[in-house]
Amino acid sequence: MKLTLTINGKLRSIEIAPNVMLLDVLRAAGYKGVKKGCGEGSCGACAVLIDGRPRNSCLTFAAQCEGSEVLTVEGLGTPENPHPLQDAFVRHGATQCGYCNPGSLIAAKSLLDHTPAPTWEDVKEALDGNLCRCTGYVKRIEAVLDAASLGKK
Amino acid sequence: MAKPEKSRTKPTARPARTSALAKGKKPAPAASRKPAPAKAPAKKAAPRPVAAKPAAAKRPVAKNLAATKAPATKPLAKKSVARPAVPARPAPAPKPATPTARPASPVKKVAPKAAPKVAPKAAPKAAPAAKAPALKVVEKVVEKVVERVVEKVVERVREPSPIPQHPLTYERPAKFEVVNHSRHKLDGLALVTGAPKFTADVDLPGLLHIKVLGSPHAHAKILDIDPSEAIKIPGVVAVYTWKDVPRIARTTAGQGYPEPSPYDTFLLDSKVRFVGDRVAIVAAETPEAAAEACRRIRVNYHVLEPVLDPAQARRPGAPIIHDEPDCRAPLPIFFDPKHNHCAHVDTKVGDVEKGFREADVVRERTYYPHYAQHCPIEPHVCVSYLDENDRLVLRTSTQVPFHARRITAQTLGIPLRKIRVIKPRIGGGFGTKQEVLLEDVCALVTLRTRRPAKWELTRAEEFISARTRHPMIVTIKAGVKKDGTMTALSMKITSNTGAYGSHALTVVSNCGSKVLPLYKIGHIEFVGDTVYTNLPVAGAYRGYGATQAAYAVECMVDELAEAIGMDPITFRQKNHIREGETSPIFKALGEGREGVSMVIKSCGLAQCIEKGMQEIGWAAKRGRGRLAAGPVKRGVGMCCLMQGSSIPEIDMGSVFIKMNEDGSFNMLLGATDLGTGSDTILAQIAAETLGCQHDDMLVYSSDTDFTPFDVGAYASSTTYLSGGAVINAAKQVRAQILAVAASMMNEPVENLVIENRIVYGKGRKNKLTFSQICNFALYEFHQFQIGAIGSHVTHASPPPFSAHFAEVEVDTETGQVKVLKYVAGVDCGTAINPQLADGQTQGGLLNGISFALTEEYHFDDKGRMLNPNFKHYKIFGTADLPEIKTFLVPTYEPTGPYGAKSVSEICINGPMPAIANAIYDAVGVRLTKPPFTAEKVLAALKEAGKRGR
Repeated sequence: MKLTLTINGKLRSIEIAPNVMLLDVLRAAGYKGVKKGCGEGSCGACAVLIDGRPRNSCLTFAAQCEGSEVLTVEGLGTPENPHPLQDAFVRHGATQCGYCNPGSLIAAKSLLDHTPAPTWEDVKEALDGNLCRCTGYVKRIEAVLDAASLGKK
Repeated sequence: MAKPEKSRTKPTARPARTSALAKGKKPAPAASRKPAPAKAPAKKAAPRPVAAKPAAAKRPVAKNLAATKAPATKPLAKKSVARPAVPARPAPAPKPATPTARPASPVKKVAPKAAPKVAPKAAPKAAPAAKAPALKVVEKVVEKVVERVVEKVVERVREPSPIPQHPLTYERPAKFEVVNHSRHKLDGLALVTGAPKFTADVDLPGLLHIKVLGSPHAHAKILDIDPSEAIKIPGVVAVYTWKDVPRIARTTAGQGYPEPSPYDTFLLDSKVRFVGDRVAIVAAETPEAAAEACRRIRVNYHVLEPVLDPAQARRPGAPIIHDEPDCRAPLPIFFDPKHNHCAHVDTKVGDVEKGFREADVVRERTYYPHYAQHCPIEPHVCVSYLDENDRLVLRTSTQVPFHARRITAQTLGIPLRKIRVIKPRIGGGFGTKQEVLLEDVCALVTLRTRRPAKWELTRAEEFISARTRHPMIVTIKAGVKKDGTMTALSMKITSNTGAYGSHALTVVSNCGSKVLPLYKIGHIEFVGDTVYTNLPVAGAYRGYGATQAAYAVECMVDELAEAIGMDPITFRQKNHIREGETSPIFKALGEGREGVSMVIKSCGLAQCIEKGMQEIGWAAKRGRGRLAAGPVKRGVGMCCLMQGSSIPEIDMGSVFIKMNEDGSFNMLLGATDLGTGSDTILAQIAAETLGCQHDDMLVYSSDTDFTPFDVGAYASSTTYLSGGAVINAAKQVRAQILAVAASMMNEPVENLVIENRIVYGKGRKNKLTFSQICNFALYEFHQFQIGAIGSHVTHASPPPFSAHFAEVEVDTETGQVKVLKYVAGVDCGTAINPQLADGQTQGGLLNGISFALTEEYHFDDKGRMLNPNFKHYKIFGTADLPEIKTFLVPTYEPTGPYGAKSVSEICINGPMPAIANAIYDAVGVRLTKPPFTAEKVLAALKEAGKRGR
């Protein structure tokens, strides 16, 4: 079947099987920033925004996304023009191996979209679905709060 | 193999280094080494000028002579015989032949290797004139031989050895320009923008998907296996069973060669030894077809009784897990598979029984640190393909690319040169990727089908069939005097390695070597036994045995302090090791052989304790929280820790640096960045040495074709060991830059200084950029590539030190334990990058907290893991995060690059003992069976009659 959706602002039309997951479709379409960590919705490495809401793409059928707008980490910013969150992650040392970053950045973006001035507890809550085994989370939360405070200025 | 020696120390001793390396080409003992007999040289004409070097084949003659006749050459003498030849250092920088920038004479002079010949005319000692002519001829021959021999000796003395001598210490600069600054991670922006840098981020046309059928039984013989139905599934390309593959015993442990782990693992076998063990390999066009084929393989098992209790593994009559005749230990170490006894180590210092008699108080307790998985967010994954030269390329998520190449070649019985291993960015390892788990299978499929292939573990497979932390039974008995003197400590450990002996010996050895030196104890006894069971396979896991042992020892230390009525911090302050002190354990316990003795040259533990106490509020809180009214009690606890930095005199790292026209440098690192930021840290060390910025270093790491060797990322070695290699290379490059600049400026090298990519002459009158210097060297005159290779082996393993503090809340009605605040101070010497060092500490300790409180393997009575997923194996998320405060205590370790020691492993060892001690402070119950889940704590409270109502 044919799936038509917008990925990072570009309208794409992709031939898919009806039973495939959005994660696999996105990776096959070249969006390698979307990571697979568990394939069962527990780690959040595959998180993307679907119509503005954070979703685990490993548990989302691609076919459900007909007509949707999907944002992956590649759509957030580029090395030349990073999103303030991406920049803050690097400055605060919130990236070690970096495998969980695409998902946690998407979750953080979603948080800031809805709560531009979050508290420490807000960030803890919002990013709880994005497991990280490297950083111990402290620097990740600091980075999100820093990006939020820069956004206010 | 022999039974464990009961005498002192080393039943595990590796053979002497020379024989291990020479592999059969053992040099004659020094005493019997003779000067070469006068053979070839005697026949030859007059001795040649020194500049004409003797043929390489004759070098051993000169070496042996050097060994016996010229003690001055001692560094050359022994090592050059024993070690394999290494490539010579790159030529030293061309000396400014003339003072002008462009020397008048374009003729390239070959500098004579040794200055004017000084071979003494071996004075014929007052030969009586009336000698027979025949005798005279003999005399002449002897004279010539002697002359030539002396000449060679002189030559050996003058010529720098082609074998580099690794420095024992590194000088300390007046101030740091790049090092000790929190520079941004070189790959940071690429990672946060989702660049396709990981193993699975490549698209290969015609890629096959691999699935491996895992055993449903913990222990069984495969009587018959029939893949005929599986191969019929559309899209299935190949199915391999044990009948189709070479049978070569080896270990999956990525360690130095020959490994101290037994060769007890096969590509595929006719026996399965744990639930999830490999049964058959399927390669198919789609993952779905591969999965379906696995379901269609018909296997007839003869199910055997499994060994599921490590305490019972060695009992007489227990089922033998490794009854195959071809398993063996590649080193002459203890190995007794017929009794499921995989490894043994013991050591004694003094007489513990005497020590117990001297003690006022003796305490004994057994602790049970449990199974755990590393949980890298990227599971193991490997992609294989044949390149345009028909060589096999393995792009793999590994911590040990060079060991992966070697072990893959070994497993398949193919030449090592056929294989190239590339490590791209990897999504965390923590030790589980110090194993060669996927590469052999991918290699097999690609070599047989000639198609690219990918194998990616599912999360469930990661839990079941990757590697785990060795669960242990640790029994500690310790004695103390009323004044706090520790008189004796005995630690006896049974370590469960599961079905295969990966890291079986070295992890249990580390239980002693990375924990016992921390305190001054009069008499010590250490016994470690590793047993096989039919449970998941253990392996390397951050902390590597120290985690398990530190839990037991640090709880025992608290218990001893309490027994004599001393504050546990005062007790530790009285007993912990300090600068200038040593421990007999350093020498007694090595990695598969004797260790290396050393004196502590840097120790910031006292400051870690002092500052941590303030931060947690020790004085105000200790002993108070349990007095609170109501069912919820609070407590504070702490522990002290040490680890090591690299495996001394075993592990080696190397690096190649070359300069580019724009003043940048390619730095080709053998070292393996598994997400820690080691590429960045090593770039900082290089930049500090060269006089540039860390992003002037173009780092490419871990590619067995393009980067020099490094053992890989394990044993807390990269910063300390590979960092040393970086300095050793960068110093040579710096000398070359200065030499070229000196010739260009017509100034002596001594006048020159480098500041941020610019070389200044005396009084700053002359200046040249790195770019100008490199262009001159590449295009103008005396052209050569500014560049050098550096290697490093360490002769010490200086411990980092740390003090951890936990404040907890225990609900005595439910057993729920909550960590309120966690404080950790760490002395890692100079933090090369403080932000990254801090990140290591925070990440490791949160993993440790999660291990102590929630992470747990549940098994059924058949040895099947019941919770192989993140829903039921709980690792901490952000919502679980307690208040965390970490700090670095700077010290300067003279044997480390710019004063650095390791930082990555030590931090994971603290939470379990610190939290256990805090729980004791809160409710007066000692917990010995982690994790400290609500049900276990509640059961312990009930047992102690301390349950709240």
